Amino acid sequence: MSSVVLYTIVSLSGLGVASAIVLFFVAQRFKVYEDPRIDQVEERLPAANCGGCGFAGCRNFAEAIVKSDDFEGLYCPVGGNETMEEVAKILGREAVAQEPKVAVLRCNGACEFRPKINIYEGVASCAIASALYGGDTGCQYGCLGFGDCVLVCNFDALQMNNDTGLPEVNDTNCTACGACVKECPRDLFELRKRNKKDRKIYVACMNEDKGGIAKRSCSVTCTGCTLCFKICPFEAIEMNNNLAFIDSEKCRLCRKCGPVCPTGAIIEVGFPPRKEKTDDDVEKSITSTIDNPDISDNDKNNKSDN
Amino acid sequence: MLKTFAKGGVHPPENKISAKSKIKDLQLPETISIPISQHLGTPSKPIVERGEQVVVGQLIAKNEGFVSSNIHSSVSGKIAKIDNVIDSSGYKRKSIVISTEGDEWDKNIDRTDKLITDFSCSSEEIINKVIEAGIVGLGGATFPSHVKLSIPRGKKAEYLIINGVECEPYLTADHALMLEKGEELMVGIQLLKTALKVDKALIGIENNKPDAIKHLSELAQNFKGINVYALKVKYPQGGEKQLIKALLNREVPSGGLPVDVGVVAFNVGTTLAVYEAVQKNKPLFERIVTVTGKSIKHPSNFRVRIGTPVSDLLSAAGGLPENAGKVINGGPMMGKAISDLSVPITKGSSGILILPESESGRRKVRSCIRCAKCVSICPMGLEPYLLMSLSRKNLFDRLESNRILDCIECGSCGYICPSNTELLEYLRSGKATVSQLIRTSKK
Repeated sequence: MSSVVLYTIVSLSGLGVASAIVLFFVAQRFKVYEDPRIDQVEERLPAANCGGCGFAGCRNFAEAIVKSDDFEGLYCPVGGNETMEEVAKILGREAVAQEPKVAVLRCNGACEFRPKINIYEGVASCAIASALYGGDTGCQYGCLGFGDCVLVCNFDALQMNNDTGLPEVNDTNCTACGACVKECPRDLFELRKRNKKDRKIYVACMNEDKGGIAKRSCSVTCTGCTLCFKICPFEAIEMNNNLAFIDSEKCRLCRKCGPVCPTGAIIEVGFPPRKEKTDDDVEKSITSTIDNPDISDNDKNNKSDN
Repeated sequence: MLKTFAKGGVHPPENKISAKSKIKDLQLPETISIPISQHLGTPSKPIVERGEQVVVGQLIAKNEGFVSSNIHSSVSGKIAKIDNVIDSSGYKRKSIVISTEGDEWDKNIDRTDKLITDFSCSSEEIINKVIEAGIVGLGGATFPSHVKLSIPRGKKAEYLIINGVECEPYLTADHALMLEKGEELMVGIQLLKTALKVDKALIGIENNKPDAIKHLSELAQNFKGINVYALKVKYPQGGEKQLIKALLNREVPSGGLPVDVGVVAFNVGTTLAVYEAVQKNKPLFERIVTVTGKSIKHPSNFRVRIGTPVSDLLSAAGGLPENAGKVINGGPMMGKAISDLSVPITKGSSGILILPESESGRRKVRSCIRCAKCVSICPMGLEPYLLMSLSRKNLFDRLESNRILDCIECGSCGYICPSNTELLEYLRSGKATVSQLIRTSKK
């Protein structure tokens, strides 16, 4: 009886030792060298695996950044400059700082400004609705309102506003990963420079129709009248396809363009309320804010032309 | 035993209420808008300018490349503008808008009804005429016909198939055409045979059109190598691949073309257009359109100039009924609801269907219960329920390996689904994304 136990122990131990020796040599032979800095870099990254950097995940990004010689085209928008500096320290390089960005929705076609002209009963998905037709309002450029962007946002920075039927960006949560930019079938999201106190001025419209046609489908559309283009002292506004675009890199937030917009397509966010001026047009556009000081600034201009 | 295709298929109610209606000419519309992209392939390039006078049949947009098609003016008058106008895609697209003045035709077009049987044209001459006349597949796919007629090197066509199936419920445009234009059709078939260098032509007609089968069979006796086959009624028999399977028992390989099994198929409308182009010098600027629906006053088949707004057709058929819930461009299975009545008729519009409110709403969508009805009826042998969930999850590589690109978007799966799931929508969107991904990766 005891001999059976003894044999078992001896033969199994022998087998174990033999396998260990074989495995040791195999491991030496097929050893894969991995740069230890990859692990270190990955630890510093946000681990969101959002794909905002253009890679499949944080690990891929870490591998790429360790392999490359400089930081060109490699930036983690979620971690921002802080993370990139830490990564640079590990790799012994200089970090290239980038302006922090934030996503904005370039459509303000809420239900009250953009009446519905037909009923859509299909799948509640922007991608499918946009493949079928121009949408349930007269504007074929505007937000479809099914919230594909909300589903794709990893940072809880987007949510639908049921009153307006439009998604809203939460500036604090937005990391500018660009997921919504890629997802939106109408290309309505834009990553813009993040200013102090999250202030921003932008044209909330992508309607390329001629002014009259655009105005018929939405009251807060950009008609391409070029008034803002003419008044801008910094040449920050471009006109293309009946549409104004404010370049956030050139814009100095002087707020001259907002009051001249006849439809209120230019939205200002995060500014203190304007002081009353004698100019009639300006007065008209800000009356609503004075009446209701609680209304956030981005509602202010929308009501000027209804 | 009547022939039909083997796999799947459904039997929606036929509702061919406009079958008895003779083809009527529609009154000329005041303005027409002709989209420059009415076909598969590259949009055409406008060659006229605003303010220019044009006559019926004049070339107004030229083809760009091989897979593209010429577009001709369908009325005489003045070019009002070249601008973005809403078309049947539901988007504003570049269109040529013409305001009608009189009805002056191009001098080269033979406007008489006389049947011309001149078979002296060579294959190249016929193909050139087809290119010039801007003929595309009138069954609905609008694939430029000259591309089909130019057989790729190393391949050979043995059979010409003429598609008179018209399996879509409600639509009767092809039926009316077969009854009234039988002789012209036969000449057209002979021309197509010459162009393709084949000597056998098969006409497939579903058994619910016995008058058309009888009429064409009688006419076909005068021509060598044209045979008419009656087919068992089953949707989607009008699909090219299904029709080839039904008539010849040949299966087009996955990702292949009918010519891979020695077949080229044309719709009856296209065949008539080929006859008119070759024998009468008449480019494709009008087509037969069915205007139908249970509540419409006069369901009819109209000969319509391309670019006529849908509202004109509706008023000719007795106006838009009060209980109308949806206006559909095409049939109930594959057609698409339109969002604006000013949408123009294009080369691919075979019918306008008005569904009453009671029938047009979407039924409550419930969960898929894996009953596999969609699998058993899919005429392409796919697994629609699986493709739908893959498409929902954006698993595009698995969609491709499960042959999403073979889907013919016939809508049978959505029709049969007891849970009313949105199978067709998800399949279409998945197919579009996969083919786009393939195209971009090839570049």
